[in-house]
Amino acid sequence: MGKGDFRVERADDVPLGNSEDVVRLRQAVRERAIGLGFSLVDQTKVVTAASELGRNTVQHGGGGQASIEVVVNGTRRGLRLSFRDQGPGIADINQALQDGFTTGKGMGLGLSGSRRLSDEFSIESTPGVGTTVVIIRWKPF
Amino acid sequence: MERIPILRMGRNLLVTIQVDMHDQLAMTLQDDLTERIVKDRARGVLIDISSLDMVDSFIGRMISNIAAMSRVLDAQTVVVGMQPAVAITLVELGLDLAGVRTALNVEKGMALLTTLE
Repeated sequence: MGKGDFRVERADDVPLGNSEDVVRLRQAVRERAIGLGFSLVDQTKVVTAASELGRNTVQHGGGGQASIEVVVNGTRRGLRLSFRDQGPGIADINQALQDGFTTGKGMGLGLSGSRRLSDEFSIESTPGVGTTVVIIRWKPF
Repeated sequence: MERIPILRMGRNLLVTIQVDMHDQLAMTLQDDLTERIVKDRARGVLIDISSLDMVDSFIGRMISNIAAMSRVLDAQTVVVGMQPAVAITLVELGLDLAGVRTALNVEKGMALLTTLE
């Protein structure tokens, strides 16, 4: 079965303009993760990944939008989170994905750490156009 | 402005984080604690994070910063009450809170502060 081969059951959009929006995002993701029956550890992982990526959108992308989707692939269900901004983009994605790489005041764990906390991770970025990061965390059988 | 309260108990400062902190609130706490260590001549800082259901790299960095700043100001920091799911996630994220002393709960944290003085 191909990577994008699933259907979207439910979706919420969360605007990301400031750090309080990131808190709202965390709460919305937590709610969906609980609804899906994620274990406490899986809830915590997906909420933490959302917090890192949401902060990136606010700090580096100049704001944007997150969408939270419940996705179904056969009998498997999961959460797909997308983060979109129209910011300056990332010139060197491989460099940005390394632990400790930072342009801001963070620890450089946002992208690399959220990738480790996710089952699927993809990033598309065009300098001057913006960045989109999509992660999926599946509920284990 | 929204603030997290800092209580004084003898020579120690006690902070219980009970809200889902946005970044500015975490920065304010870091600044407030540093000021209070000097003003109250505190020897120890106890941070109870048992109500936190998530610690991301920003909050983790705030905790590390508080520990480092208090050390420079001749005070010790102990972080207590981290939930197991938070600890698992934190390590997978890539944070190990190096240099931060931890204890399982407030009681054990207070006992640790006493031995450190």
